[in-house]
Amino acid sequence: MAQALEVGEKAEAGSREVVLSVRNLNVEYRAQRGVVKAVRDVSLDVYKGEILFLVGESGSGKSTLGYAVMNILPSPGYIRSGDIVYYVGGREVHILKLSQEEQRRFRWKHVAMVFQSALNALNPTLRIWDQLYDTIRAHDHHISREKAFEKAKYLLEMVRLEPERILRSYPHQLSGGQRQRVVIAMALLLDPEILILDEPTTALDILTQKNIIELLKGIREKLGLTMIFITHDLSLAAELADRVAVMYAGKIVELADVYTIFYRPKHPYTYALIKTIPKLSSVEEKLYPIPGSPPDMINLPPGCKFHPRCPYATTRCAREEPRWERVADGHFVLCHRWRELSLGE
Amino acid sequence: MPEPILELRHVSKAFRVGAGFLGPKKLAKAVDDVSFELYERDTLALVGESGCGKTTTGKIAAGLYKPTEGEVLYKGKNIWRMSREEWREYRRNVQIIHQDPYASLNPMLTIYASLSAPLFRHKIVESKEEAVDKVAELLEMVGLTPPEDFIWKYPHQLSGGQRQRVVIARAMSLNPKIIVADEPVSMIDVSMRLQILHLMKELQEKFGVAYIFITHDLATGRYFASDGRTAVMYLGSIVEYGPTNEVILNPQHPYTKALLSAIPEPDPEKTRKKQPMKLRSLDVPSLLHIPSGCKFHPRCPFYKPGLCDAKKPSLIDLGGGHRVACWLYGE
Amino acid sequence: MSVKHRRRKSKARRALESYLIVPLKVIVRNKAGLFGFIGIIIYVLMATVGPMVVPLDNQPKPNQMYLPPSWQHPLGTDSEGRDIFSQIVHGSRDVLFVAFLAGVITVVIATLLGTVAGFKGGLVDATIMAVDDILLTIPQFPLLSVLSAVMRLDNLLLATIIGVLSWPALARAIRSQVLSVKSRDFIEAARALDLGTRHIVFVEIMPNLMSYVVVSLIFAMTGAIYAQVGLVFLGLVPFQSQNWGVMINLAWTRGAIFFKNSIWYILSPIVAIAGFQLSAIMFSRALEEIFNPRLREG
Repeated sequence: MAQALEVGEKAEAGSREVVLSVRNLNVEYRAQRGVVKAVRDVSLDVYKGEILFLVGESGSGKSTLGYAVMNILPSPGYIRSGDIVYYVGGREVHILKLSQEEQRRFRWKHVAMVFQSALNALNPTLRIWDQLYDTIRAHDHHISREKAFEKAKYLLEMVRLEPERILRSYPHQLSGGQRQRVVIAMALLLDPEILILDEPTTALDILTQKNIIELLKGIREKLGLTMIFITHDLSLAAELADRVAVMYAGKIVELADVYTIFYRPKHPYTYALIKTIPKLSSVEEKLYPIPGSPPDMINLPPGCKFHPRCPYATTRCAREEPRWERVADGHFVLCHRWRELSLGE
Repeated sequence: MPEPILELRHVSKAFRVGAGFLGPKKLAKAVDDVSFELYERDTLALVGESGCGKTTTGKIAAGLYKPTEGEVLYKGKNIWRMSREEWREYRRNVQIIHQDPYASLNPMLTIYASLSAPLFRHKIVESKEEAVDKVAELLEMVGLTPPEDFIWKYPHQLSGGQRQRVVIARAMSLNPKIIVADEPVSMIDVSMRLQILHLMKELQEKFGVAYIFITHDLATGRYFASDGRTAVMYLGSIVEYGPTNEVILNPQHPYTKALLSAIPEPDPEKTRKKQPMKLRSLDVPSLLHIPSGCKFHPRCPFYKPGLCDAKKPSLIDLGGGHRVACWLYGE
Repeated sequence: MSVKHRRRKSKARRALESYLIVPLKVIVRNKAGLFGFIGIIIYVLMATVGPMVVPLDNQPKPNQMYLPPSWQHPLGTDSEGRDIFSQIVHGSRDVLFVAFLAGVITVVIATLLGTVAGFKGGLVDATIMAVDDILLTIPQFPLLSVLSAVMRLDNLLLATIIGVLSWPALARAIRSQVLSVKSRDFIEAARALDLGTRHIVFVEIMPNLMSYVVVSLIFAMTGAIYAQVGLVFLGLVPFQSQNWGVMINLAWTRGAIFFKNSIWYILSPIVAIAGFQLSAIMFSRALEEIFNPRLREG
């Protein structure tokens, strides 16, 4: 079921410019037991300068989608079908159609990723300066050492690190928060238009996490970056997101601006998720557990994948997978019954 | 006032951290002068960021680590000075639930084997038939029905949430009085956490278990221990302690306030209005270089030079069981 | 209690199932393992039953020297006209006996000491590792050569010495395995449940080592074959001429590699050894699956 992506929609979104368009993307993994359909027919537009959150649990496909968008899926994963189009630097780039070399050059220059574990991105045997310099040189052979240094210094200061000290250090000499900030700076080295962040704060302390969030807000302001933030933590979305795409079993089940998602959700899963998270400040609010567990991604149930756990499921839900429907401007939901349900009202 | 069933008195645990073969060995105090009481059917949440010593404290309470200073008292007796009989009783009555459901079950043993071992060992059952029955009973108790679907399986054939339930069943098999739960839902998917928490609460109702609930997620800690108490830990010491809602809704210690203001909440308006507390330094001290005096002083916005960096404050009673370790509240 | 249907299986039936039927199923499913298993069975039969069925051809018949393979002589004849195939069959007994015995000795000592060292730690661990270090510095082959000059190394003694010299390396590896298993959460849980040291070592830790140990046995055996064959090839150990190492020695000194027909003389023992190695290694793949439930279909 394709998301309705007519011209009319772009006009609706005002003068919002699309920087990335994902169309009918299908991503699979070959596992021992069978084929995991990690991302199923997902279509999504990302607008310039926004912070879009992909929120979901394990198996929802959010990380897979993030990796697929840059075409850096790790080995047993592959893109089965679909198109990924970037609108950057005045050009329309279909990344999947580029050669390996062209893709390599495209990445980091226009779209970069901040990985979950900074330890994965940083080479423990190289000093930070060497890694930053290598990264810049790899994508821009002609840059002089001085220029590269200037760039590195500028970015490290932007992420509130002392350049002299940091550049000389090895990764293990830095704290977790510092490492994560280095990784963010590294991602920004070539001035990409789009930054994808995969659970960048999961391994960090609460106070450090708050720091990084504030930092990202500042960077977005300063550089006009577009960010795609992948996380399982819905509260982070409340903190930082412009728009939220809630994912479940390989599909986006609801997409809307952050206030709508939290105050006027239309999908039972979104609603249930919000109702199941312990709130710090509301003492009396009752919480409701969601029965059952996420589906087996190799043997998905028929119909709507959430129906086994949904209190509003009907026989239609068990038989037929819902279509992407428009609720209001910029608010879409994947549910047969959204009109009849009055969630939380 | 009833007697506490478990008590930690001025417990410390220091680890020797070697700097290589020839380097000097430094002492890192993972737990520093921690005291608290746990009553029957009580719930105590130990909250703090990673490295604060909450897990080590929990394992000391569970008798799995021996403290380098201080005492652990079970029913008034020091557990490290008990007779064999007394130790046996303590051991049976204090169990642990670990964070990682993938590491807390032996991958080589079936669920039956893992769950029946303590039953046989402690002579709760004598024959295989009895054991199978009892194991099935335990599985049903934690919501794994029908038991036949799980009893002969291996851990890798179960999902994370199911494994955690098995772990809970195992901890409950000896009908303990106390369970130390170390981040029991941190590695479980969000949509299933509440199920596990509710199960634990149910078992508390039914069987009168007391919990020491260790977590870095204050919201979850508040929810689980809402009827009990919360202790906030920082670099090995308790900085604030009291009835959970008091501590969370009316925090007194600057660190607690900083934490609470930094935690994102699932409510965009509320969370974006929250003012983060400005800390003096972004550096997180390591256990090897513990600041002098009050350990929070390098980052504390209320720092008073000469006082906070010189003397370590002890817990002061603010009334109603609410205690704070901070010079803002007098000597 | 509706779990009754399972209890109808008697204890014997269940034991049979888990020790025989499940392993067989795993072996059959694992192609490499099946190939290896069949190979091993062939060798075992050759060593045990073979010599009784195939008569040893010991009479030199110079006129039948270096005959190519035929129905009467499946692997041809050697430099003295004796049938090679019967020599291989008879020689297999010694080779496999020494290999198996040496392998078992190595594995038993290594597992025992490695587990005790890893589990106990402290002084016990330090002592065992010190002994281990000392033994590791002893060069196996030269020592065997010296000993063979001084005393008569029959099969039993040879196997024992090889076994005793090979355990240190394996003990080290087993010790690290034990250390890593010991630190896992389920061991801590077992301690909290007061399951006792015996249970923790034999029921919790050991099964996690089993697949490693079993595979090590296979490799210890192949190592022992090399040690043994090497010694015999160098002429350091008293031999009967159908021992494979001897065959290689004789074939080499008698120039068997130079003629098209005689090449069978030198190739046969080499292929026999290599064949056993290959079967053993492929079989170890199935063994891993048998001992580690996680590697099975899942």
